Amino acid sequence: MEKRYLRRGFALAVTAAMALAACTPAGTSPSGSPSASATPTLSRGAGGELKILYWQAPTILNIHQATGTKDADAGRLILEPLASWGPDGKPLPNGLASEIPTLENGGVSKDFTTVTWKLRTGVKWSDGSAFTADDVVFTWKYLADEPTASANSDYATGITSVVAKDPNTAVVTYADPNPNYYQFGVGGTGVILQKKQFEPTLGAKASESPENLKPIGTGPYKLDNFKPGDVVTYVINDGYRDSTKPFFKTVTLKGGGDATTAARAVFQTGDVDYAWNLQVEAPVLRSLIDTGGKGDYLGLAGPNIERVNLNFANPDPALGDNRSEPTTKHPFFNGPDGKIVRQALAMATDRATVAKELYGDGLTGKASCNQLNGNPVFESKNTASLPVCKFDVAAASKLLEDNGWVKGSDGVRAKGSIKLKLLFGTTNVSLRQKTQDVLKKGWEQAGFSVELKSVPASVFFTNTSPDGANKMFYDVTMYTNGTDPDPTTYMSSWTCKNVTAKANNWNSPNYHRYCNPTYDGLIDQLRKETDPAKRNQLAIQANDIIVGDVVVIPLVNRFAVASGRAKALKGVVLTGWDSEMWQIADWSK
Amino acid sequence: MGRFILRRLLISIPTLIVISFVVYAILALAPGDPLSQFAANPQVPPEVRERIREALGLNQPWYIRYVKWLQALVTGDFGFSFMSHSPVRDLIAQRLPNTLAVVGVAYVVGVLIGLPIGVLSAVKRYSPVDHSATTFAFIGISVPTFFTGLLLIIIFSVKLHWLPFIYDSNLKVHDLATFTDQIKQSIMPIMVLALADTAVLTRYVRAEMLERLPLDYVRTARAKGLRERFVIIGHVLRNSLIPVVTLVALGVPAVFGGAIVTEQIFRVPGIGELLVRSIGDDDIPVVAAIVFIFAVLVVLFNLVADILYAVLDPRIRYT
Repeated sequence: MEKRYLRRGFALAVTAAMALAACTPAGTSPSGSPSASATPTLSRGAGGELKILYWQAPTILNIHQATGTKDADAGRLILEPLASWGPDGKPLPNGLASEIPTLENGGVSKDFTTVTWKLRTGVKWSDGSAFTADDVVFTWKYLADEPTASANSDYATGITSVVAKDPNTAVVTYADPNPNYYQFGVGGTGVILQKKQFEPTLGAKASESPENLKPIGTGPYKLDNFKPGDVVTYVINDGYRDSTKPFFKTVTLKGGGDATTAARAVFQTGDVDYAWNLQVEAPVLRSLIDTGGKGDYLGLAGPNIERVNLNFANPDPALGDNRSEPTTKHPFFNGPDGKIVRQALAMATDRATVAKELYGDGLTGKASCNQLNGNPVFESKNTASLPVCKFDVAAASKLLEDNGWVKGSDGVRAKGSIKLKLLFGTTNVSLRQKTQDVLKKGWEQAGFSVELKSVPASVFFTNTSPDGANKMFYDVTMYTNGTDPDPTTYMSSWTCKNVTAKANNWNSPNYHRYCNPTYDGLIDQLRKETDPAKRNQLAIQANDIIVGDVVVIPLVNRFAVASGRAKALKGVVLTGWDSEMWQIADWSK
Repeated sequence: MGRFILRRLLISIPTLIVISFVVYAILALAPGDPLSQFAANPQVPPEVRERIREALGLNQPWYIRYVKWLQALVTGDFGFSFMSHSPVRDLIAQRLPNTLAVVGVAYVVGVLIGLPIGVLSAVKRYSPVDHSATTFAFIGISVPTFFTGLLLIIIFSVKLHWLPFIYDSNLKVHDLATFTDQIKQSIMPIMVLALADTAVLTRYVRAEMLERLPLDYVRTARAKGLRERFVIIGHVLRNSLIPVVTLVALGVPAVFGGAIVTEQIFRVPGIGELLVRSIGDDDIPVVAAIVFIFAVLVVLFNLVADILYAVLDPRIRYT
């Protein structure tokens, strides 16, 4: 799903996606009434131009070579997956498949190794040629081909073959039983490429092919003109399978600028019909919405969690080459009192103030003490009662005091020669710097000394920079990401095998260097378990471990959708698990 | 003169090679990462990242990449953008017209207004005209473009609804209506930039004029009975122009470099906007190309300024 890419720029890294199908009208609580449940009768091309504004400009339209949400969204008007991820995190058949394969209808084999996708008949590419199962097979080859280096190739992992049984049936076979059987072909990462167009581009030069800028698709629109980094214009795909759609004759997706003026354009001046990702500081956004009058705010929670990450290795520069290597131990997070100090830090974390002052308590985000968010079925209800999820500086101080961590004359607690000094790093975004300030206040009251640091996103999110999140030459860091509808890969980020180290080029996702055999056991079970209810239970248990053990201190569930639409625009349905453009064929005025 | 130009052009070749090396080295050694968009995304595992790095050619040492880049550069090939995977040349070609239409026009407007105002406020020193020109110039110099830009947007777009603040690069001017649209969408950024350009130039011209007005040759010209207008334009202004020409000529490359802040505010897809975004994304080929083109233009317009000196001042001869 495209949302899994991290959004950045002014940049908070944001990954994927969602929960309730609720449109949130300006600043109010989610109402639970999907704005687009009643689809009006549409007629193709009755509308004029649809204007969409992204403050990050798309730079490429082949989603499988893209890097950001902006690209995946812009490509989605043209390219379609087999099915989309609906609001509840389940696939919906609004793509190239005529129905969703399940265990019940026999589309998914009992041993969870094969998935049989029945494709719509009579679907045409926008160049007039017929869409067949061969295109699905080719798309799998495109993802799996190593030199082609698609960023989505992980979605082809574990697949031994995709075979065209007949022109309208594609069979996906996994090497091992795969409970996450919708891995391939669903959502933004599952869009199908035309074999004829992309087969010649396969290989090491795939990323430089000019075809990446002009994909042929089966979607409601086809490309008219694309200026990378600026604007995409689309016209109706005359061969689109639903003869009543799409409503708008042309679509202009303009990119660039900043989120605040984008919010002005949709709420105040009405220059655009839809403005994406208005992650502006809550008070500013609220005043724009309230005083504007031209548009409505669309907010939807999703899986993205802004959290504090603790380093279990020692980032002390004195260690030289061994700095932050997993073989070292953090002096107070991973020492004899490790858990006590970590708990105290969590208890002194003022998540409610951050959620209220900066995210408007449900406007662009809400307080959360779970690492796994976005779907009620795997959102833990056990964490709320944990002491580490309650802001209580006095209790944090007492815990440290009782365990021999006494305040020195400088107000910083120490035990022996070990002082509670923290270096706290994140990206340089004003929202994050303000969050840092709030957290610093609470932590200092509890007796930590806190040094704040912020670096540009391109320096922070990299395995090469000494200021990066991967090497983690910090005691604590802060950023956002989130899970796919299936939480297996996401929760695997904290296993021992994934501990990042120089040996794996600081590339593995366990930046905390946390290693707990109990946790690994749970993830192994999760990989094999096929019963959905049990899977969710395992995911919740895993969540409770990393929260309770204070590997992470979750802060705010940042909304997957925080967009604005003109009051006249109808038919927009939000899902946190797929592209915001996932059902643009249904939009009308 | 011909030999002078040839010599200067030949000297500029090693200069540009050194510049290109420094630019590339700084970019390659900077701590950014073009793959940072994938950030902490668990769905893009390490092997995939390494494969993408390889596809971008980032697995080679930077000096080898530099030599390859330089070789391609000689043939006019700036390579491929890491972000859009399209040729850098195309990206720049797409953006240059927008930059010229906004930043270029603003520069011309700035020069056309700045010169006469500067002259006028020097000739009528301490008059109300001079005072208002000075006040205006100080506002232009001291108020940053991100402030004037937002101010204009709030007044003319949000409150009055007169002007759009989202620049449409697909607008093609073919009749009066589209020409009006073009003026409407570019007048705010042009005003913002022209204000800053005018202000600097006004102060500069005024100072140069004031320095020469009391000189003996001016008194001689007046004593000869020349008309005041001719004394000012033919004698004082012409001599004052030599340093002004340097300023104006060296400002031209900056036009091609775009206006980073103003383009961002008004969503003008120009070179400046491309540059700042590419720096943020660590899109080395794009940044290197823009900075290198900028260096070429600076070298070139230095030469142009030198040639113009000779035109303005017959005493200057290049052999």
